[in-house]
Amino acid sequence: MRRTPIEPILWSLFSAGGMLSALFIPVLLFILVLAPALGWLPAPGYAQLTSLLSHPLARLFLIALCALALVHAAHRFRYTLYDGLQIKHLNELVNILCYGGALAGSVWAIFLLFTRVAEPRL
Amino acid sequence: MPELVNLEVFRYSPEHTPEPRFQKFQVPYNKEWVVLDALNYIKDRTDGSLSFRWSCRMGICGSCGVLINGEPKLSCATFLPSKSSKPIRIEPLRHFPVIRDLIVHIGDFMTKLKKVKPWIIRTNESPLSEGEFLQTPDEMERYHQFSHCINCMLCYAACPIYGLDPLFAGPAAIALAQRYNNDSRDQGAARRMPILSSHDGIWACTFVGECTQVCPKHVDPAAAIQQYKLTAALHSLKSVIAPRGAA
Amino acid sequence: MTSHSGYTLHHPQWLRRRVSTWWWLSRWRYFKFILREITSVFVAAAVVLLLLYVAALRRGPDALIAFQSWLSRPPILAASAVVFFFTLIHSITWFNLAPKAMKVRLGNIPVPPALIAAGHYFAWLVISLALAWIILTGG
Ligand code: SF4
Ligand code: FES
Repeated sequence: MRRTPIEPILWSLFSAGGMLSALFIPVLLFILVLAPALGWLPAPGYAQLTSLLSHPLARLFLIALCALALVHAAHRFRYTLYDGLQIKHLNELVNILCYGGALAGSVWAIFLLFTRVAEPRL
Repeated sequence: MPELVNLEVFRYSPEHTPEPRFQKFQVPYNKEWVVLDALNYIKDRTDGSLSFRWSCRMGICGSCGVLINGEPKLSCATFLPSKSSKPIRIEPLRHFPVIRDLIVHIGDFMTKLKKVKPWIIRTNESPLSEGEFLQTPDEMERYHQFSHCINCMLCYAACPIYGLDPLFAGPAAIALAQRYNNDSRDQGAARRMPILSSHDGIWACTFVGECTQVCPKHVDPAAAIQQYKLTAALHSLKSVIAPRGAA
Repeated sequence: MTSHSGYTLHHPQWLRRRVSTWWWLSRWRYFKFILREITSVFVAAAVVLLLLYVAALRRGPDALIAFQSWLSRPPILAASAVVFFFTLIHSITWFNLAPKAMKVRLGNIPVPPALIAAGHYFAWLVISLALAWIILTGG
Protein backbone atom coordinates (compact mmCIF):
# COMPACT_ATOMS: atom_id res chain seq x y z
CA MET A 1 0.00 0.00 0.00
CA ARG A 2 1.28 3.42 -0.88
CA ARG A 3 1.17 6.06 1.80
CA THR A 4 -0.92 9.05 0.75
CA PRO A 5 1.53 11.91 0.24
CA ILE A 6 0.87 15.17 2.08
CA GLU A 7 1.37 17.37 -0.97
CA PRO A 8 -2.03 16.82 -2.62
CA ILE A 9 -3.79 17.78 0.61
CA LEU A 10 -1.67 20.91 1.02
CA TRP A 11 -2.22 21.81 -2.60
CA SER A 12 -6.00 21.45 -2.22
CA LEU A 13 -5.95 23.84 0.74
CA PHE A 14 -3.60 26.16 -1.16
CA SER A 15 -5.94 26.25 -4.13
CA ALA A 16 -9.08 26.70 -2.05
CA GLY A 17 -7.41 29.56 -0.20
CA GLY A 18 -6.13 31.09 -3.42
CA MET A 19 -9.57 31.03 -4.97
CA LEU A 20 -11.36 32.39 -1.89
CA SER A 21 -8.85 35.17 -1.35
CA ALA A 22 -8.89 36.12 -5.03
CA LEU A 23 -12.68 36.39 -4.98
CA PHE A 24 -13.26 38.03 -1.60
CA ILE A 25 -10.24 39.88 -0.25
CA PRO A 26 -9.98 42.83 -2.67
CA VAL A 27 -13.58 43.94 -2.13
CA LEU A 28 -13.34 43.53 1.66
CA LEU A 29 -10.15 45.58 1.75
CA PHE A 30 -11.63 48.22 -0.46
CA ILE A 31 -14.93 48.65 1.37
CA LEU A 32 -13.60 48.34 4.90
CA VAL A 33 -10.11 49.79 4.75
CA LEU A 34 -9.17 51.72 1.66
CA ALA A 35 -12.27 53.59 0.53
CA PRO A 36 -13.20 54.98 3.99
CA ALA A 37 -9.61 55.96 4.68
CA LEU A 38 -9.52 57.89 1.41
CA GLY A 39 -12.90 59.44 2.16
CA TRP A 40 -14.51 57.82 -0.87
CA LEU A 41 -17.07 55.94 1.17
CA PRO A 42 -18.43 56.41 4.69
CA ALA A 43 -16.82 54.08 7.23
CA PRO A 44 -19.26 51.33 8.21
CA GLY A 45 -20.71 51.94 11.67
CA TYR A 46 -20.43 49.82 14.80
CA ALA A 47 -24.08 48.75 15.01
CA GLN A 48 -24.14 47.76 11.36
CA LEU A 49 -20.97 45.65 11.52
CA THR A 50 -21.91 43.90 14.75
CA SER A 51 -25.31 43.03 13.39
CA LEU A 52 -23.68 41.63 10.25
CA LEU A 53 -21.27 39.56 12.32
CA SER A 54 -23.99 38.40 14.67
CA HIS A 55 -24.95 35.83 12.09
CA PRO A 56 -23.03 32.60 12.78
CA LEU A 57 -22.71 31.85 9.08
CA ALA A 58 -20.99 35.18 8.53
CA ARG A 59 -18.48 34.36 11.28
CA LEU A 60 -17.95 30.87 9.98
CA PHE A 61 -17.35 32.22 6.52
CA LEU A 62 -14.89 34.82 7.75
CA ILE A 63 -12.96 32.18 9.68
CA ALA A 64 -12.82 29.89 6.65
CA LEU A 65 -11.66 32.77 4.48
CA CYS A 66 -8.94 33.85 6.90
CA ALA A 67 -7.68 30.34 7.64
CA LEU A 68 -7.58 29.19 4.02
CA ALA A 69 -6.07 32.45 2.78
CA LEU A 70 -3.33 32.10 5.39
CA VAL A 71 -2.58 28.49 4.41
CA HIS A 72 -2.50 29.63 0.79
CA ALA A 73 -0.04 32.39 1.63
CA ALA A 74 2.10 30.12 3.82
CA HIS A 75 2.32 27.41 1.18
CA ARG A 76 3.18 29.82 -1.60
CA PHE A 77 5.66 31.77 0.44
CA ARG A 78 7.43 28.60 1.52
CA TYR A 79 8.08 27.71 -2.12
CA THR A 80 9.14 31.27 -2.88
CA LEU A 81 11.74 31.04 -0.16
CA TYR A 82 12.99 27.71 -1.50
CA ASP A 83 13.20 28.83 -5.10
CA GLY A 84 14.02 32.48 -4.69
CA LEU A 85 16.67 32.22 -2.03
CA GLN A 86 17.74 28.57 -2.35
CA ILE A 87 17.41 27.83 1.34
CA LYS A 88 16.28 24.24 1.11
CA HIS A 89 18.64 23.37 3.93
CA LEU A 90 16.48 25.48 6.26
CA ASN A 91 13.52 23.36 5.19
CA GLU A 92 12.25 22.47 8.67
CA LEU A 93 12.50 25.98 10.05
CA VAL A 94 10.75 27.52 7.04
CA ASN A 95 7.96 24.96 7.27
CA ILE A 96 7.40 25.63 10.94
CA LEU A 97 7.41 29.39 10.47
CA CYS A 98 5.10 29.38 7.45
CA TYR A 99 2.52 26.75 8.36
CA GLY A 100 2.85 27.59 12.06
CA GLY A 101 2.10 31.21 11.28
CA ALA A 102 -0.96 30.20 9.27
CA LEU A 103 -2.13 28.01 12.14
CA ALA A 104 -1.62 30.77 14.70
CA GLY A 105 -3.54 33.22 12.51
CA SER A 106 -6.40 30.77 12.15
CA VAL A 107 -6.58 30.22 15.90
CA TRP A 108 -6.62 33.99 16.37
CA ALA A 109 -9.49 34.27 13.88
CA ILE A 110 -11.47 31.59 15.73
CA PHE A 111 -10.78 33.30 19.03
CA LEU A 112 -11.88 36.70 17.71
CA LEU A 113 -15.02 35.48 16.08
CA PHE A 114 -16.21 32.76 18.40
CA THR A 115 -15.63 34.15 21.85
CA ARG A 116 -18.15 36.60 23.18
CA VAL A 117 -17.88 40.12 21.91
CA ALA A 118 -17.53 42.57 24.80
CA GLU A 119 -20.61 44.58 25.56
CA PRO A 120 -20.15 48.21 24.62
CA ARG A 121 -19.20 50.20 27.70
CA LEU A 122 -21.64 52.96 28.54
CA MET B 1 30.61 43.51 -49.39
CA PRO B 2 27.98 41.21 -47.88
CA GLU B 3 26.35 42.08 -44.59
CA LEU B 4 27.93 40.17 -41.71
CA VAL B 5 26.40 38.72 -38.58
CA ASN B 6 28.39 38.52 -35.36
CA LEU B 7 28.09 35.45 -33.20
CA GLU B 8 29.43 34.71 -29.75
CA VAL B 9 29.58 31.00 -29.31
CA PHE B 10 30.11 29.18 -26.03
CA ARG B 11 33.18 26.96 -26.22
CA TYR B 12 34.15 24.25 -23.80
CA SER B 13 36.88 21.77 -24.58
CA PRO B 14 38.25 20.40 -21.34
CA GLU B 15 41.18 18.66 -23.03
CA HIS B 16 42.58 22.08 -24.02
CA THR B 17 41.28 24.61 -21.50
CA PRO B 18 39.40 23.63 -18.38
CA GLU B 19 37.40 26.87 -18.30
CA PRO B 20 34.59 27.65 -20.74
CA ARG B 21 34.86 30.77 -22.89
CA PHE B 22 33.04 32.66 -25.61
CA GLN B 23 34.47 32.80 -29.10
CA LYS B 24 33.51 35.43 -31.65
CA PHE B 25 32.67 34.48 -35.21
CA GLN B 26 31.40 36.32 -38.25
CA VAL B 27 29.17 34.75 -40.86
CA PRO B 28 27.61 36.32 -43.96
CA TYR B 29 24.00 37.37 -43.52
CA ASN B 30 21.48 35.39 -45.51
CA LYS B 31 17.78 36.03 -45.32
CA GLU B 32 17.01 32.29 -45.48
CA TRP B 33 19.54 31.30 -42.86
CA VAL B 34 18.69 29.94 -39.47
CA VAL B 35 21.17 29.86 -36.60
CA LEU B 36 21.99 26.25 -37.41
CA ASP B 37 23.11 27.33 -40.90
CA ALA B 38 25.44 29.86 -39.31
CA LEU B 39 26.88 27.19 -37.00
CA ASN B 40 27.39 24.85 -39.93
CA TYR B 41 29.07 27.66 -41.88
CA ILE B 42 31.49 28.16 -39.01
CA LYS B 43 32.19 24.45 -38.75
CA ASP B 44 32.77 24.15 -42.52
CA ARG B 45 34.80 27.33 -43.11
CA THR B 46 36.16 28.79 -39.89
CA ASP B 47 36.61 26.29 -37.08
CA GLY B 48 35.97 22.60 -37.63
CA SER B 49 36.29 21.85 -33.95
CA LEU B 50 33.01 23.55 -33.04
CA SER B 51 30.67 20.85 -31.76
CA PHE B 52 26.89 20.91 -31.76
CA ARG B 53 24.03 18.50 -32.37
CA TRP B 54 21.54 18.54 -35.19
CA SER B 55 19.87 16.13 -37.54
CA CYS B 56 16.62 16.94 -39.26
CA ARG B 57 16.94 20.74 -39.83
CA MET B 58 13.16 20.91 -39.73
CA GLY B 59 12.13 21.07 -36.10
CA ILE B 60 11.21 17.44 -35.68
CA CYS B 61 14.18 15.52 -34.30
CA GLY B 62 14.57 17.76 -31.26
CA SER B 63 18.36 17.54 -31.15
CA CYS B 64 19.42 21.09 -32.01
CA GLY B 65 18.23 22.99 -28.93
CA VAL B 66 20.55 25.76 -27.69
CA LEU B 67 20.25 29.06 -25.89
CA ILE B 68 20.03 31.95 -28.33
CA ASN B 69 20.54 35.22 -26.48
CA GLY B 70 19.54 33.39 -23.32
CA GLU B 71 16.31 31.94 -24.73
CA PRO B 72 16.01 28.18 -25.25
CA LYS B 73 15.38 27.73 -28.98
CA LEU B 74 15.72 25.19 -31.76
CA SER B 75 18.69 26.44 -33.74
CA CYS B 76 17.14 25.05 -36.93
CA ALA B 77 13.94 27.03 -36.41
CA THR B 78 15.39 30.42 -35.44
CA PHE B 79 16.28 32.81 -38.22
CA LEU B 80 19.30 35.06 -38.04
CA PRO B 81 18.22 38.56 -37.07
CA SER B 82 18.71 40.98 -39.95
CA LYS B 83 19.93 43.89 -37.86
CA SER B 84 23.16 42.49 -36.52
CA SER B 85 24.14 45.36 -34.26
CA LYS B 86 24.55 43.16 -31.19
CA PRO B 87 26.30 39.81 -31.52
CA ILE B 88 24.07 36.75 -31.13
CA ARG B 89 25.02 34.71 -28.10
CA ILE B 90 24.81 30.96 -28.48
CA GLU B 91 25.13 28.73 -25.45
CA PRO B 92 24.38 25.12 -24.57
CA LEU B 93 21.03 24.36 -22.93
CA ARG B 94 20.85 25.52 -19.33
CA HIS B 95 20.64 23.09 -16.40
CA PHE B 96 22.36 20.19 -18.19
CA PRO B 97 26.03 19.31 -17.78
CA VAL B 98 28.08 20.37 -20.81
CA ILE B 99 30.19 17.74 -22.49
CA ARG B 100 31.70 19.95 -25.14
CA ASP B 101 30.84 23.32 -26.72
CA LEU B 102 27.07 23.25 -27.34
CA ILE B 103 26.62 19.58 -26.52
CA VAL B 104 24.98 18.70 -23.23
CA HIS B 105 24.54 15.39 -21.49
CA ILE B 106 20.90 14.36 -21.72
CA GLY B 107 21.04 11.16 -19.66
CA ASP B 108 19.06 12.66 -16.80
CA PHE B 109 16.13 13.47 -19.06
CA MET B 110 16.21 10.03 -20.67
CA THR B 111 16.08 8.32 -17.27
CA LYS B 112 13.18 10.47 -16.16
CA LEU B 113 11.31 9.96 -19.37
CA LYS B 114 11.47 6.20 -18.95
CA LYS B 115 10.37 6.42 -15.32
CA VAL B 116 6.93 7.83 -16.17
CA LYS B 117 6.23 4.90 -18.52
CA PRO B 118 5.39 6.88 -21.65
CA TRP B 119 3.86 4.00 -23.57
CA ILE B 120 0.46 2.34 -23.73
CA ILE B 121 -0.08 0.07 -20.76
CA ARG B 122 -2.79 -2.54 -20.93
CA THR B 123 -3.97 -4.53 -17.95
CA ASN B 124 -6.05 -6.82 -20.11
CA GLU B 125 -4.30 -7.59 -23.35
CA SER B 126 -6.89 -8.60 -25.92
CA PRO B 127 -6.01 -11.18 -28.60
CA LEU B 128 -4.89 -10.01 -32.00
CA SER B 129 -7.98 -11.54 -33.61
CA GLU B 130 -10.13 -8.87 -31.95
CA GLY B 131 -8.53 -6.30 -34.20
CA GLU B 132 -7.21 -2.85 -33.51
CA PHE B 133 -8.24 -0.45 -30.75
CA LEU B 134 -10.56 2.03 -32.33
CA GLN B 135 -10.48 5.64 -31.25
CA THR B 136 -12.82 8.48 -32.17
CA PRO B 137 -11.42 11.86 -33.22
CA ASP B 138 -12.82 13.23 -29.99
CA GLU B 139 -10.90 10.67 -27.91
CA MET B 140 -7.75 11.49 -29.82
CA GLU B 141 -8.23 15.21 -29.25
CA ARG B 142 -7.85 14.61 -25.49
CA TYR B 143 -4.17 13.78 -25.74
CA HIS B 144 -3.22 15.02 -29.18
CA GLN B 145 -1.52 18.24 -28.07
CA PHE B 146 0.75 16.41 -25.61
CA SER B 147 1.76 13.93 -28.28
CA HIS B 148 3.53 16.64 -30.27
CA CYS B 149 6.54 16.66 -27.97
CA ILE B 150 9.85 16.13 -29.79
CA ASN B 151 11.96 15.69 -26.63
CA CYS B 152 14.01 18.76 -27.41
CA MET B 153 14.37 19.60 -23.68
CA LEU B 154 13.97 23.32 -24.24
CA CYS B 155 11.40 23.21 -21.44
CA TYR B 156 14.00 21.77 -19.05
CA ALA B 157 16.40 24.55 -19.95
CA ALA B 158 13.66 27.10 -19.28
CA CYS B 159 12.48 25.64 -15.99
CA PRO B 160 14.17 27.22 -12.96
CA ILE B 161 12.73 24.51 -10.71
CA TYR B 162 14.57 21.82 -12.66
CA GLY B 163 17.73 23.88 -12.34
CA LEU B 164 17.28 24.23 -8.59
CA ASP B 165 16.03 20.73 -7.93
CA PRO B 166 17.66 18.23 -10.30
CA LEU B 167 15.42 15.45 -8.97
CA PHE B 168 12.31 17.12 -10.43
CA ALA B 169 10.78 14.92 -13.14
CA GLY B 170 10.37 18.00 -15.34
CA PRO B 171 7.87 19.36 -17.85
CA ALA B 172 8.19 17.10 -20.89
CA ALA B 173 8.22 13.84 -18.91
CA ILE B 174 5.02 14.81 -17.10
CA ALA B 175 3.35 16.05 -20.29
CA LEU B 176 4.22 12.76 -21.97
CA ALA B 177 2.84 10.79 -19.05
CA GLN B 178 -0.37 12.78 -19.45
CA ARG B 179 -0.33 12.04 -23.16
CA TYR B 180 -0.76 8.35 -22.26
CA ASN B 181 -3.03 8.90 -19.23
CA ASN B 182 -5.48 10.73 -21.48
CA ASP B 183 -5.36 8.07 -24.19
CA SER B 184 -8.54 5.98 -24.32
CA ARG B 185 -6.48 2.87 -25.15
CA ASP B 186 -4.27 3.20 -22.08
CA GLN B 187 -4.94 1.58 -18.71
CA GLY B 188 -1.75 2.62 -16.92
CA ALA B 189 -2.85 5.78 -15.13
CA ALA B 190 -2.86 4.08 -11.72
CA ARG B 191 0.68 2.79 -12.25
CA ARG B 192 1.93 6.23 -13.26
CA MET B 193 0.33 7.99 -10.34
CA PRO B 194 2.85 7.09 -7.60
CA ILE B 195 5.66 8.42 -9.80
CA LEU B 196 3.86 11.56 -10.97
CA SER B 197 2.13 12.48 -7.72
CA SER B 198 5.28 12.49 -5.66
CA HIS B 199 7.56 15.02 -4.11
CA ASP B 200 9.80 15.06 -7.18
CA GLY B 201 6.89 14.79 -9.58
CA ILE B 202 4.19 17.38 -10.08
CA TRP B 203 4.40 18.67 -6.51
CA ALA B 204 7.83 20.17 -7.09
CA CYS B 205 6.34 22.44 -9.76
CA THR B 206 5.38 25.98 -8.74
CA PHE B 207 3.84 26.86 -12.10
CA VAL B 208 6.47 29.25 -13.38
CA GLY B 209 5.01 28.52 -16.80
CA GLU B 210 8.27 28.99 -18.72
CA CYS B 211 8.11 25.49 -20.20
CA THR B 212 4.97 26.44 -22.09
CA GLN B 213 6.51 29.72 -23.21
CA VAL B 214 9.53 28.11 -24.86
CA CYS B 215 8.01 24.89 -26.22
CA PRO B 216 8.44 24.96 -30.01
CA LYS B 217 5.61 22.45 -30.46
CA HIS B 218 2.93 24.16 -28.31
CA VAL B 219 2.72 21.13 -26.05
CA ASP B 220 1.83 23.29 -23.02
CA PRO B 221 3.52 21.13 -20.37
CA ALA B 222 2.54 23.65 -17.67
CA ALA B 223 -1.11 22.92 -18.32
CA ALA B 224 -0.43 19.18 -18.29
CA ILE B 225 1.14 19.51 -14.85
CA GLN B 226 -1.61 21.73 -13.41
CA GLN B 227 -4.31 19.41 -14.74
CA TYR B 228 -2.59 16.46 -13.19
CA LYS B 229 -2.31 18.30 -9.87
CA LEU B 230 -6.09 18.62 -9.88
CA THR B 231 -6.50 14.94 -10.76
CA ALA B 232 -4.07 13.80 -8.07
CA ALA B 233 -5.55 16.12 -5.43
CA LEU B 234 -9.07 14.88 -6.09
CA HIS B 235 -7.80 11.32 -6.00
CA SER B 236 -6.12 11.74 -2.65
CA LEU B 237 -9.07 13.63 -1.17
CA LYS B 238 -11.21 10.71 -2.24
CA SER B 239 -8.87 8.23 -0.63
CA VAL B 240 -8.90 10.26 2.60
CA ILE B 241 -12.71 10.28 2.67
CA ALA B 242 -13.17 6.69 1.52
CA PRO B 243 -9.80 4.97 2.05
CA ARG B 244 -10.84 1.60 0.64
CA GLY B 245 -13.56 2.29 -1.87
CA ALA B 246 -11.73 4.71 -4.10
CA ALA B 247 -8.77 4.09 -6.40
CA MET C 1 32.73 27.37 -9.62
CA THR C 2 33.62 24.07 -11.20
CA SER C 3 36.86 22.38 -10.34
CA HIS C 4 38.75 20.50 -13.02
CA SER C 5 41.19 17.70 -12.47
CA GLY C 6 42.83 17.65 -15.87
CA TYR C 7 41.89 15.67 -18.94
CA THR C 8 41.38 11.94 -18.71
CA LEU C 9 41.45 10.08 -22.01
CA HIS C 10 38.02 8.77 -23.08
CA HIS C 11 36.46 10.28 -20.01
CA PRO C 12 34.40 13.40 -20.51
CA GLN C 13 34.82 16.20 -18.02
CA TRP C 14 31.36 17.58 -17.64
CA LEU C 15 30.87 21.22 -16.96
CA ARG C 16 28.18 21.66 -14.35
CA ARG C 17 26.74 25.11 -13.92
CA ARG C 18 24.93 26.25 -10.83
CA VAL C 19 21.74 28.29 -10.89
CA SER C 20 22.34 31.73 -9.46
CA THR C 21 20.39 32.69 -6.35
CA TRP C 22 19.23 35.75 -8.26
CA TRP C 23 17.96 33.78 -11.26
CA TRP C 24 14.57 35.50 -10.95
CA LEU C 25 16.18 38.85 -11.71
CA SER C 26 17.77 37.55 -14.90
CA ARG C 27 14.68 37.66 -17.10
CA TRP C 28 11.54 39.78 -17.03
CA ARG C 29 9.27 36.72 -17.22
CA TYR C 30 10.99 35.13 -14.22
CA PHE C 31 10.58 38.39 -12.33
CA LYS C 32 6.89 38.48 -13.15
CA PHE C 33 6.65 34.99 -11.73
CA ILE C 34 8.25 36.08 -8.46
CA LEU C 35 5.94 39.11 -8.32
CA ARG C 36 2.99 36.76 -8.65
CA GLU C 37 4.33 34.49 -5.93
CA ILE C 38 5.14 37.31 -3.56
CA THR C 39 1.47 38.37 -3.52
CA SER C 40 1.22 35.66 -0.85
CA VAL C 41 2.83 38.03 1.64
CA PHE C 42 0.22 40.66 0.93
CA VAL C 43 -2.67 38.21 1.06
CA ALA C 44 -1.45 37.30 4.55
CA ALA C 45 -1.14 41.00 5.41
CA ALA C 46 -4.70 41.58 4.19
CA VAL C 47 -5.95 38.83 6.49
CA VAL C 48 -4.09 40.42 9.40
CA LEU C 49 -5.68 43.80 8.57
CA LEU C 50 -9.14 42.25 8.50
CA LEU C 51 -8.55 40.44 11.78
CA LEU C 52 -7.28 43.65 13.39
CA TYR C 53 -10.52 45.23 12.21
CA VAL C 54 -12.56 42.50 13.89
CA ALA C 55 -10.47 42.84 17.03
CA ALA C 56 -11.22 46.57 17.16
CA LEU C 57 -14.88 45.85 16.61
CA ARG C 58 -14.86 43.50 19.61
CA ARG C 59 -13.49 46.23 21.82
CA GLY C 60 -16.52 48.42 21.24
CA PRO C 61 -17.65 51.45 19.23
CA ASP C 62 -14.92 53.81 20.48
CA ALA C 63 -12.19 51.34 19.64
CA LEU C 64 -13.69 50.88 16.19
CA ILE C 65 -13.65 54.60 15.50
CA ALA C 66 -10.10 54.86 16.82
CA PHE C 67 -9.07 51.99 14.56
CA GLN C 68 -10.77 53.53 11.55
CA SER C 69 -8.98 56.82 12.08
CA TRP C 70 -5.71 54.91 12.53
CA LEU C 71 -6.38 53.40 9.11
CA SER C 72 -6.57 56.84 7.53
CA ARG C 73 -3.17 57.97 8.84
CA PRO C 74 -1.01 58.50 5.74
CA PRO C 75 1.63 55.81 6.39
CA ILE C 76 -1.02 53.20 7.22
CA LEU C 77 -3.09 54.28 4.26
CA ALA C 78 -0.10 53.96 1.96
CA ALA C 79 0.69 50.51 3.32
CA SER C 80 -2.87 49.29 2.91
CA ALA C 81 -2.95 50.68 -0.61
CA VAL C 82 0.11 48.57 -1.43
CA VAL C 83 -1.53 45.54 0.16
CA PHE C 84 -4.68 46.17 -1.85
CA PHE C 85 -2.70 46.53 -5.07
CA PHE C 86 -0.97 43.18 -4.58
CA THR C 87 -4.20 41.40 -3.69
CA LEU C 88 -5.54 42.68 -6.99
CA ILE C 89 -2.52 41.20 -8.74
CA HIS C 90 -3.19 37.96 -6.93
CA SER C 91 -6.80 37.91 -8.12
CA ILE C 92 -5.94 38.74 -11.71
CA THR C 93 -3.10 36.24 -12.03
CA TRP C 94 -5.17 33.61 -10.27
CA PHE C 95 -8.13 33.95 -12.62
CA ASN C 96 -5.89 34.12 -15.67
CA LEU C 97 -4.18 30.86 -14.78
CA ALA C 98 -7.25 29.00 -13.53
CA PRO C 99 -8.21 27.68 -16.98
CA LYS C 100 -4.81 25.96 -17.26
CA ALA C 101 -5.64 23.63 -14.40
CA MET C 102 -9.26 23.06 -15.37
CA LYS C 103 -10.21 21.16 -18.45
CA VAL C 104 -13.98 21.60 -18.50
CA ARG C 105 -16.13 19.80 -20.99
CA LEU C 106 -19.78 20.29 -21.73
CA GLY C 107 -20.70 16.90 -23.06
CA ASN C 108 -18.07 16.30 -25.70
CA ILE C 109 -17.17 19.91 -26.35
CA PRO C 110 -14.18 21.35 -24.46
CA VAL C 111 -14.99 24.76 -22.99
CA PRO C 112 -12.49 27.31 -24.38
CA PRO C 113 -10.00 28.58 -21.76
CA ALA C 114 -11.00 32.21 -22.33
CA LEU C 115 -14.56 31.37 -21.37
CA ILE C 116 -13.42 29.70 -18.13
CA ALA C 117 -11.38 32.77 -17.24
CA ALA C 118 -14.33 35.00 -18.12
CA GLY C 119 -16.51 32.95 -15.80
CA HIS C 120 -14.07 33.58 -12.95
CA TYR C 121 -14.02 37.32 -13.60
CA PHE C 122 -17.80 37.36 -13.72
CA ALA C 123 -18.00 35.56 -10.36
CA TRP C 124 -15.49 38.07 -8.96
CA LEU C 125 -17.64 40.97 -10.11
CA VAL C 126 -20.88 39.52 -8.74
CA ILE C 127 -19.31 38.63 -5.39
CA SER C 128 -17.68 42.05 -5.07
CA LEU C 129 -20.91 43.90 -5.80
CA ALA C 130 -22.95 41.68 -3.49
CA LEU C 131 -20.48 41.99 -0.60
CA ALA C 132 -20.21 45.75 -1.07
CA TRP C 133 -23.98 46.02 -1.01
CA ILE C 134 -24.28 43.87 2.12
CA ILE C 135 -21.63 45.79 4.04
CA LEU C 136 -22.71 49.26 2.95
CA THR C 137 -26.43 48.77 3.50
CA GLY C 138 -26.17 46.40 6.44
CA GLY C 139 -27.79 43.51 4.55
S1 SF4 D 1 7.40 19.66 -24.12
FE1 SF4 D 1 7.99 21.06 -25.81
S2 SF4 D 1 9.90 22.02 -25.06
FE2 SF4 D 1 9.56 20.23 -23.80
S3 SF4 D 1 10.74 18.59 -24.78
FE3 SF4 D 1 8.64 18.45 -25.58
S4 SF4 D 1 8.64 19.68 -27.45
FE4 SF4 D 1 10.50 20.24 -26.32
S1 FES E 1 17.74 19.79 -36.27
FE1 FES E 1 16.03 18.52 -35.80
S2 FES E 1 14.85 19.80 -34.55
FE2 FES E 1 16.42 21.15 -35.20
